[in-house]
Amino acid sequence: MEERRYRSASGAPIALRCRQHSASCRELVVRCPRLQLRSLSAVTSAVWLAAYGLFVLSENSVVLSAAIFITLIGLIIYLHFVKIDQESLLVIGSLGIQVTSSYASGKESTTFIEMGQVKDVVINEAIHMQKVIYYLCILLQDPGDPQGISEVVPLFQSSKPRLDCLIEVYKSCQEILEQRKTAPQSS
Amino acid sequence: MVLKVFFPSCCSSAESGILIGRWISEQNSAVILAVVHFPFIPLQVKQYLSEVQRVTKVNVSVLGSWSNSKQEKEESLSEFLEDLGTIFSHEPWIQISKEGDSKFWSCSTLQKHSNNPKEEEILLVYYDQRKVMLSHLHPSLDTATSADCKADNASKLSAIFDTVAKSKILFMTDRYDDGPIKLTHWQSDGVEASIIMELMKQASVPACMLLTFLLSLISGICRSRVLKFWPLSFLWSKLSTCEQLGHRLQHLQVISSNKKAQNQTQLMRKANIFVSLLIDVALGILLMSWLYRKNRIGHLADTLIPVADHIAEELQDLLQWLMGAPAGLKMNRALDQVLGRFFLYHIHLWISYIHLMSPFIEMILWYVGLSACLGLTVALCILSDIIALLTFHIYCFYVYGARLYCLKIYGLSSLWRLFRGKKWNVLRQRVDSCSYDLDQLFIGTLLFTILLFLLPTTALYYLVFTLLRLLVVIVQGLIHLLVGLIDSLPLYSIILRLCRSYRLAAGVKFRVLEQQDGKPLRLLMQINPLSYGSVVQIYRLPTYSCYPKDSWTSLCKKLFLGELIYPWKHKGEKQD
Repeated sequence: MEERRYRSASGAPIALRCRQHSASCRELVVRCPRLQLRSLSAVTSAVWLAAYGLFVLSENSVVLSAAIFITLIGLIIYLHFVKIDQESLLVIGSLGIQVTSSYASGKESTTFIEMGQVKDVVINEAIHMQKVIYYLCILLQDPGDPQGISEVVPLFQSSKPRLDCLIEVYKSCQEILEQRKTAPQSS
Repeated sequence: MVLKVFFPSCCSSAESGILIGRWISEQNSAVILAVVHFPFIPLQVKQYLSEVQRVTKVNVSVLGSWSNSKQEKEESLSEFLEDLGTIFSHEPWIQISKEGDSKFWSCSTLQKHSNNPKEEEILLVYYDQRKVMLSHLHPSLDTATSADCKADNASKLSAIFDTVAKSKILFMTDRYDDGPIKLTHWQSDGVEASIIMELMKQASVPACMLLTFLLSLISGICRSRVLKFWPLSFLWSKLSTCEQLGHRLQHLQVISSNKKAQNQTQLMRKANIFVSLLIDVALGILLMSWLYRKNRIGHLADTLIPVADHIAEELQDLLQWLMGAPAGLKMNRALDQVLGRFFLYHIHLWISYIHLMSPFIEMILWYVGLSACLGLTVALCILSDIIALLTFHIYCFYVYGARLYCLKIYGLSSLWRLFRGKKWNVLRQRVDSCSYDLDQLFIGTLLFTILLFLLPTTALYYLVFTLLRLLVVIVQGLIHLLVGLIDSLPLYSIILRLCRSYRLAAGVKFRVLEQQDGKPLRLLMQINPLSYGSVVQIYRLPTYSCYPKDSWTSLCKKLFLGELIYPWKHKGEKQD
């Protein structure tokens, strides 16, 4: 259970932790860069300076209390709905793949995809603004067409690891996914 | 291949015994439903299981043995348990044993006719039996809409949920019953029941019958021939209050029907309608009590006439402004005066009628306000109808202005074609060339000039009254939007998602518990509830609601040509 450091697509430091629970169960956790105190204080000071400027112009103290209120509410909304602390991938061979994102406020949002629906896990490339980034995604089987793909589920969207980290994750996943091809099963 | 054992967490502290449940061979998984304790007679166990199988249609059988020993493993017990495998033949025979207070259980299988001798990996998944039994798994929206969903493509998890949900009768015996078989499951400490629920169930049958009788009376009256004569039926179709009352009547009929709900969707719909009606009536009674306190209805009636007068005065000022030189534009004096005087006389008539009715307004309003006890939505619809009645003269002006403008536009376009020597062929629906006589051309050109120079005046009157009418339509539209929101919001589902989130499941989530080498992998299966957005989307109640039937481009086109716009379309009756 070692933790290795990598970089995200925008250069921020991220960490990957790989745990092997059993022969067919692996958990891969990518920890996103933490909320910086610097940026938090910068935003808060900017909002409060603007509010003070408005107060000096309008002589209405409601502006100041409104600014404090807005800052608090904005911070709570940001921590609960926007800032993702870590993203994890739990691959249980023969059951399925579980994708979890944990937010900074402790909220966890989970999706479980059954193994029967998973066609493959691949690394895709995409053009994002001015750069080309690589991302890992799960291809879902189309129930009607055995060769078709019904949906593409991208993983690690908030941490955006670079190719070296993605290759590690890809290799881990493929080792488990291969087991379902070698074992003869009727599911 | 991996063997998956779904073990109920309530049986973790049960005494030793044998495991009963369902074996799903396609998924190589065993769903354990209960533990049968010693002493038992194998024949009675088999009889009981076949009885359960007959009632629930679930293939329940003996799957293996469970040993919970406080001290170290006893050799004799383990041999005894293995011998049980020969009495209840099941392939594979699962043996789970727990020692002392250890968290890590050992689990092994016995294969008699095994062709692959290698040890297969065992996955132990704990699940909360009560929650899984009560929960309803919602398929994801894309799989639900695909045309050919074959049975084997159905989610594997739904098989597990179904198994537990259908085996309700297995959980009805608790350990205080004096039967031949002693079971441990989530209800073995005593069957749960609520006195209030039982009383409500008993009371609901006569209540439903009474309600059905009353509703049949009311719908009989509504359908009688007296109300179908032309002026009344026209009135009923135009008033939105009648639409809303009819809609609520339909809802009451759905609730009071004697048929039990067949599936989850129908049950949720009935519950949603019931809670929505309850909240509606409660809010209506609250509004009524607020209105009737301190004689607010009297104040409202007193301000109604001055408000109507004020609107009429504003309109008169507007018309005087139009008859002068509005916004610096120069109008055709004669036409201006004619139109202005015509509309002014109309307003004068309207004011006289309002003043005629003024002594009765308070009494009418008092009795109409009583109908707010039927629900907040009815009160809002009445408000919308009152606004429509008070601004009836604006509607009339809009119709006059639009008709005049429309006639003018059609006349102009037809004479323009004559000007160029063309004609509209009605048979072929196209423009054809046509040779006119000289006097036809002369009169046509004259009329065209007259109409063209009178166009700005008519267009201005049309513009002003259309804007006023659109304002009233927007206000009415907002009220109807609010009514539609109250009608269609599935309150019961939202409250259920808030308080008992495991009942509405979007899927499951797994948590890996502590591991020990050599012991099987332990997972905890929890229910992943639906998001609020999907709850509202799936359980929305259908409404009769009014959607704008024209897109923006066709609306603009109609406005330009002067055709009358009826922005709200009422949907027909929706069949469930």
